[in-house]
Amino acid sequence: MAHVVEVRGLKKHFEKGDVRAVDGVDIATREGEYLVLLGPSGCGKTTLLRMIAGLEEPTEGEILIGGNVVNGLPPRARGIAMVFQSYALYPHKTVLDNITFPLKATMTDRDARREKASWAADLLGIGEFLDRKPRHLSGGERQRVALARALVRDPSVFLLDEPLSNLDAKLRTSARDELKQFQERLGTTTIYVTHDQVEAMGLGDRIVVILNGKVRQIGAPQEVYSHPADTFVATFIGSPPMNLIDRGDHLLGFRPENCLPIEAMGSNGDNLLEVDVQIHRIEYLSGDRHVYATTSGLGSDDAHLIARIPATVNAAVDEDRAQRFAVHEKDLRFFDGDTGVRTESRPVRS
Amino acid sequence: MTPAHRADEVGTVAPDTVTRVPEPTPRPQLARRRLADREGFLAKLFLLPTVAYIIGLVAFPFVLAIVFSFSDVTTGNPSLDFVGLRQWRTILGSRVFWTAFRNTITFTVISMALIVLIAHVLATVLVKDFKGKWLVRFCVLLPWTTPVALAAVSWLWLLNSIFSPIDWVLRWFGLIEANMYYLGRPVLAMGSVIAVHVWRIVPVATVIIMAGHMAIPGEINDAAEIDGAGFWRKLREITIPLTLPISAVAVLFGAILTFADMTVVFILTRGGPTQATQVLSSWAFFKGIEGGDLAQGAAVALFLFPLLLAAAIAILRAVRRTEVM
Repeated sequence: MAHVVEVRGLKKHFEKGDVRAVDGVDIATREGEYLVLLGPSGCGKTTLLRMIAGLEEPTEGEILIGGNVVNGLPPRARGIAMVFQSYALYPHKTVLDNITFPLKATMTDRDARREKASWAADLLGIGEFLDRKPRHLSGGERQRVALARALVRDPSVFLLDEPLSNLDAKLRTSARDELKQFQERLGTTTIYVTHDQVEAMGLGDRIVVILNGKVRQIGAPQEVYSHPADTFVATFIGSPPMNLIDRGDHLLGFRPENCLPIEAMGSNGDNLLEVDVQIHRIEYLSGDRHVYATTSGLGSDDAHLIARIPATVNAAVDEDRAQRFAVHEKDLRFFDGDTGVRTESRPVRS
Repeated sequence: MTPAHRADEVGTVAPDTVTRVPEPTPRPQLARRRLADREGFLAKLFLLPTVAYIIGLVAFPFVLAIVFSFSDVTTGNPSLDFVGLRQWRTILGSRVFWTAFRNTITFTVISMALIVLIAHVLATVLVKDFKGKWLVRFCVLLPWTTPVALAAVSWLWLLNSIFSPIDWVLRWFGLIEANMYYLGRPVLAMGSVIAVHVWRIVPVATVIIMAGHMAIPGEINDAAEIDGAGFWRKLREITIPLTLPISAVAVLFGAILTFADMTVVFILTRGGPTQATQVLSSWAFFKGIEGGDLAQGAAVALFLFPLLLAAAIAILRAVRRTEVM
């Protein structure tokens, strides 16, 4: 089975400002998967998505959809559907006309169009809004209209460009859940662009981490989280980010939740790396305690680190106090001092 | 205390020292500051020139024109005697008046249709990115920046009955055999007046409509493209509906500029041949100023006012109804 979407050596070079927005990307989606393109603003993820959609022409490289090269084909011929950040609903058209708009190109029978539109609208729970204009809808409802408009085209792939970023924080969580359920029910391959690592971790079957137009890592959320390919991925994913401690030719990394007061670590003390820290500040966030501290024992003097103590751990910690914390050796990661790329384990004890 | 805390304190102290209220100062300085702080007074002060301008150069002549139109004042006999509706009856009974009225409508409607059409086409081109765009933009704006006197000379030459370069080119291509006498034949003269007027107004209309084109979010155009809309369908279902309000504004501006305009007529034809290009505003000028019959000129000019007002209200209403965002 051919990949639904595959890009090979894809590059996009903008003459204006001499920007390499996308710089040699190879990605292949798996059938029915939820692939998330994650990266900071300006990393090229949206440009990559727009090239797959056919809204931008690549400077170099190939785009394949369903096994066929689609370079040069207009968007309408690619069998894709896209949901935009602003939803891009046609403001002068009713919800029904918005949803039927893509069908007019292919489906001539007016009743068939209506039927298909109401099917999509019912699926997304917007059946009662069909006669309204987009400006009378809430953010969440607009998003569903945009999804319905994408859905009626029976695309082989959904392209979603930060569809949650226009929603307020509260709505975003429920909308994220809806998006995931929606895709699971349809089973359509989806490429989703976001700069929010929480969305990426929550939605993606696999995450593609992008920086400066290059893919830094592709993997399942838990893999990207616990085995980051380099220091960028390590610090971009996870909040607070992975602690990185400079040890001359290499960096020592561990996640904040893996660094706990030694009394909370259990009995198998053999595999523990003990860390004497000076605690400066403690934040209480959703029950967890975030401990901001410095340590001199691991590498450079007064290296900053953050420990996250889950609500279930009762160990006492106090501000402005020296205390002993510890990290399991299996939770330690090592990165090259120059390139930031993850390397094999090194001895941590002197 | 952590470094962060200390930094915070410094941050809050510093602006305080800068804006600390100075020791009691001498009176004149305080008084001046109070004057500048009196926004109500300042507002009146700054509005004064505008109000004076409007009263002196718009309201006063307007009222004067109304008064004149009910009198028998002429440049030769400036005494003001009221004659009721006599002037109005005279102009409404005049054949030239109705010709001018018809011409004004023809002139306005055809000009506006052409202006909106051309402006939309130019705007569509100019919002795209292409090499040499600055040059095209510059050329499009050129007619607007050309002084009327200069433009008049060029157009009079282009449309000259004997030396017209347009005729010359057409003859060279073998399309015509004899000169066209653009300004000497009724239909061609009106055509010429419309052409020159369109040439003058298109730049403004283009700029206004271009703003409308650029105000359409890029993602909407992308969405339409993904949804399979071709050029014509996008134009019909997306671009035209979404630029309708701003097109209406352009039409309103253009219509007022066209309806009340006499420059082009005055320069090219002076209303001729045989009143074929006479419009109400030019006729008002010829009657009232050149002919010296101030009362009739005022009546003709005032005849335009309710029409313009009605058009403005109708268009603004339409804009509000079609407001889409």
